[in-house]
Amino acid sequence: MQEHIQLNQKEINDISLSPILETPKWWLPAVLITFGFIVTGLAAFFYMVYHGLGVTGLNRPVFWGFFIVNFVFWIGISHAGIMISAILRLTQAEWRRPITRAAEVLTVFSLMAALHTPLFHVGRPWRTYWVFPYDFSRGVWPNVRSPFVWDPSAVGTYLIASTLFVIICLLPDLAIIRDRTTGLRSKIYGILCLGWRGTPRQWKMQTIVGILLSALVLPVFVSVHSIVSWDFAVIAGVEGWHSTIFAPYFIIGAIHSGVSAVATFMVVMMWVWKGNDKILRPDHLDAIGRLLIIVATTWFLFLFLEVAFALFTLERPEIALRELQFFKWPFSGLFILFLLTSYFIPVPMWMFKNVRRSLPLMFISTILVNVGMWLERFLIIVPSLSRKTPFAFDWGSYTPSIVEILIVTETFAFVIFGLLLFSKFFPLIPLFDIKEGMVFRDEIKIGRRTVPASIRE
Amino acid sequence: MKRSIIGLFLDENLAADALDDLRKAGYEMDEYEVLTGLPYPEGTFGEDEPKHKLYRWPLFGAVCGFIMGFMITAGTQVAYPLVTGGKPVLGVPPMAIIMYEGTMLGAIIFTIIGVVFESRLPRIFMGAYDTRITEGYIGVTVTTSEDKIEEAEKILKNIGAEDIKRGWE
Repeated sequence: MQEHIQLNQKEINDISLSPILETPKWWLPAVLITFGFIVTGLAAFFYMVYHGLGVTGLNRPVFWGFFIVNFVFWIGISHAGIMISAILRLTQAEWRRPITRAAEVLTVFSLMAALHTPLFHVGRPWRTYWVFPYDFSRGVWPNVRSPFVWDPSAVGTYLIASTLFVIICLLPDLAIIRDRTTGLRSKIYGILCLGWRGTPRQWKMQTIVGILLSALVLPVFVSVHSIVSWDFAVIAGVEGWHSTIFAPYFIIGAIHSGVSAVATFMVVMMWVWKGNDKILRPDHLDAIGRLLIIVATTWFLFLFLEVAFALFTLERPEIALRELQFFKWPFSGLFILFLLTSYFIPVPMWMFKNVRRSLPLMFISTILVNVGMWLERFLIIVPSLSRKTPFAFDWGSYTPSIVEILIVTETFAFVIFGLLLFSKFFPLIPLFDIKEGMVFRDEIKIGRRTVPASIRE
Repeated sequence: MKRSIIGLFLDENLAADALDDLRKAGYEMDEYEVLTGLPYPEGTFGEDEPKHKLYRWPLFGAVCGFIMGFMITAGTQVAYPLVTGGKPVLGVPPMAIIMYEGTMLGAIIFTIIGVVFESRLPRIFMGAYDTRITEGYIGVTVTTSEDKIEEAEKILKNIGAEDIKRGWE
């Protein structure tokens, strides 16, 4: 990192707390619009509950459609936050500082959005509690051998862990807001920060917990998408799903889409919150762009291996499935769009430094990745089910209904709504982390050049 | 009742000098404290390294979570046996998945409880505190008996505190 703007602690507070202390003009309209989409989506959901799953496009043999595609997509996005935060914390990467909080918060809201869709998908969401071991009176317990019981345990663990991670790292920043506000607001933040004072003991605990939780959350992060992939991979009867490579393939795909989502969010933060561009610099985007090239290429290797291993066996059902995915309309068109948007357009773009440091181009390229990654999940789920399999006797196709589209749109609105609300009450940039980076930064002279250097224990 | 006082400094060296002088004047380690708005490296102000047992918390949590995971998976299968295709009632691979999640969840929850406990939070009374600490000032607080507070105030003033405020515990 060769460029930065040196700010003192007061300036950092002013910039980072301005969205909380002064509401930007666009904030309320944005909240109302996203809330409108949420209400519309919930109306569609209640319509579906009243009329049954027949109002969706789901039918024999395609019983998994937009809802499950969306579930896998949001689980993928959720992997960004903790991955970026945890790995960059553990490796003490300096450029992590302004982006860790945003990434962690994105994780929390996307996990909540992910949990929406299976609830909608089951048709009778009021019986969701059946996955929990609750029935002491009748002695009927859930079947722990089912991946649909593993899912809630993994996703639930990840959601609790990432939420606690965000809350515990917020404590020092809540104390700053307490000190900058008056009256009831100050009292509420005072309670929320648990009476934080900034003693050496408290700072030591805060530093250790960042590392400790990163180390503890990373194995959970790996397990979550592995378990989501096993929802598919343990089903022996569906070609295209029963693959040993699915767990790492899903994880790297999740990282690809998730890190792209964080980059999109960074650009939005630099655009809409004034002053953030003094903390979030183009060199942060540059760094994440370089990381994305590696992640995307690794993901592409897994995609290639997944297809290559499937075709290597020369089994007719597998070949027939790939023909359907690659050459039959409309899947063929979607497949080309998927390849272009998830790899062949963004990665060559990121090769250029000017692109990596350009806000509009990074915004477009990272949005494209997530269009592509959403399509990837669609192409894994729907064509595989459309074919006649040994345990189903139908061929069929799938067209999503307006109800499904509205409900899926609701999940996107929910994440944006959540982020907007969070930004109004809590800082999206970890203030103490930024301050630490600023204070322990110095300039050293090497020959005839003066370069920035970080002081570290 | 104990009285407490805070001196505010802008310079790290002056804050460190204040701690040295307090120590020389016979104040005990638990009577003075440094408050900062960011995590300075340990020992910056010559303070003693805080002792803690945080690393035990996740281990204890992991054990609790593992036992919980085992009870849920093994217990429910034994309570409601689903004999499938002659396979054993207790299926170890799926049990391992839920037990693993339980272990990690226990470790994480106990880590959070441990951090709050070891940070000595929640703290109901703030004692001597100044909101300028979160803007870059360094606070040196002394919490001691009524008769020793005057001397502490003098020490902080002599070193060059920008401001001195009193509070109570």
